[in-house]
Amino acid sequence: MTPLATAIPGSSNNGYVAAAYIVFFAIVLIYVAIMAVRLRSVERDLRELNERAEQARQDGTRQGETHAQPRERETV
Amino acid sequence: MSAHIPAPSRSLAASPPEASPPAAVAGRSAPVRASRKPPGMWATVAALLRKELLVELRTLESVPGMSLFAVTTFVVFHFALNQNTVSGDEAAGILWVTLLFAAMLGVNRLFVADQDQGGFDAFLLAPVDRSAMLLAKALALLAYLAVLELIAVPAFGLLLLAPPLGQTLPDLLVVLVLADMGIAAIGTLVAALAVQTRARDLLGPLLALPLLVPVVIGAARASSPLLVLAHPAGVGGVPIRWLATLALYDLVFGLIAYAVFDFLLED
Amino acid sequence: MSPTNGRGLRTLSIATIAAIPIALALVFFYAPIEAEEGFLQKIFYLHVPLAIVTLCGFVLGGLMAIMHLRTRDRRWDLRSYVAIHMSLIFGVGTLITGSIWARGSWGHWWVWSEPTLVSFLIIMLLYATYQPLRFAIEDPERQARYASVFAIVAGAFVPMNFLAVRLSSSYLHPRVLGSSSNLPPKMAFTFLVSLAAMALLFATLCSYELTAKRTRMLLKARSRILGFQ
Repeated sequence: MTPLATAIPGSSNNGYVAAAYIVFFAIVLIYVAIMAVRLRSVERDLRELNERAEQARQDGTRQGETHAQPRERETV
Repeated sequence: MSAHIPAPSRSLAASPPEASPPAAVAGRSAPVRASRKPPGMWATVAALLRKELLVELRTLESVPGMSLFAVTTFVVFHFALNQNTVSGDEAAGILWVTLLFAAMLGVNRLFVADQDQGGFDAFLLAPVDRSAMLLAKALALLAYLAVLELIAVPAFGLLLLAPPLGQTLPDLLVVLVLADMGIAAIGTLVAALAVQTRARDLLGPLLALPLLVPVVIGAARASSPLLVLAHPAGVGGVPIRWLATLALYDLVFGLIAYAVFDFLLED
Repeated sequence: MSPTNGRGLRTLSIATIAAIPIALALVFFYAPIEAEEGFLQKIFYLHVPLAIVTLCGFVLGGLMAIMHLRTRDRRWDLRSYVAIHMSLIFGVGTLITGSIWARGSWGHWWVWSEPTLVSFLIIMLLYATYQPLRFAIEDPERQARYASVFAIVAGAFVPMNFLAVRLSSSYLHPRVLGSSSNLPPKMAFTFLVSLAAMALLFATLCSYELTAKRTRMLLKARSRILGFQ
């Protein structure tokens, strides 16, 4: 049935239990890390977008009457 | 639109092997008769099935390849296992793995002609129930599998099987039929799914094989007692549970395939 | 398009962060040591909830796919995708913890006689084709549609597969890794809490992923509107 479990005293089994829980948490942490990296790139893109929008607005006001408002039509 | 409908039965004799009949008569300007009803489900299935079988008969694309593959695989198994004969579990395993992989070859080719030559579009224009295509293709695949087994099973009996096939053949036939229905249902569905993707030859078997594991389990476990040397007196050797599993699988996935197939053809 | 609301996310996260330590505490300090397997049995509280949550995730993915095909609302497809994606990750965890358990209990890293593990392997092999399938179809509408068809067929396959594998293996060996029925009450309670914690974790990570995806999509859409890309 469980030869190893009964033959060997608890010590080696502790290792397996620890390994299993460590693997599980490692998977979760790796996932969180990947999401963090993605979040960083999203933030970077957002910053870039804001800068460009800001610049476009400044160019618009500098040129006077031209459209200063970007057409914000939601198409998603 | 109703100009297309009389076409399948009439144009089969005239159309070139590769084109599906609705596409073949697309250029024909038959008078439109608004009062003619579109054909019922079974008429459509019959027409499509006839087209499939005739095309296969003329081009011989799938079945000879599948059969040759099966026989060759048996030879390969002889060398790989280094055995002259097999029986029992081993025999059932070799037989079913070979049949399964040969079936994959057929599945790969099932919708290729329609995809490449516009048969899908032509079919979609006809005012018929779209599931008719599923039924027709599944029945065609079933027919190919039947011919495959007609060749492969005797070859197996000849080349590798230790016990003689004669007595247990009726039981084996039942197992073959039940398993074939499952393979046909899943195979057709997967073929339709895979044909419109980029890596269609790869994706088809990759999708189908895990889905067909229950079929392998049921078929192999059911055939194993039929392929043993010391067969107990009397032939009722197949435990019902495996036949029941196969039947349940066929029912469940047949219904699901039927329910879901429409969504694949939508374009 | 609905806003990328983080409301549900916060509640879920807090609940998860609370539940996991409680579950762990129960596992290691409250639940008794099992007679036969000894300390190794503690993996049960990790492996089985992982398995259950993974399978439910796959089936949920199928149900969401049905909703997608019915309503043609692409949000259902997104949810279905995330559920399946997350279940794949949890499924890998299931296989690894199951393998470790088998190694500790039976001496081998893989045992064919444990029907849960075997069923899992088959299901993972099937769902491993989900993303290649999606990426092999370029048209987004068709991609979503075909993925939903796959999710439905595969979701129906999950119970069917379990049935078939369980039937086949009962002929060979008795269950190796112990069953989850007939648990003494302390163990049963610990198991339920562990299951709840795992389910909360799954829901939180899915919600997290959905929010991230929606944010990225919104961002892309905005930048396209403003003419940058």
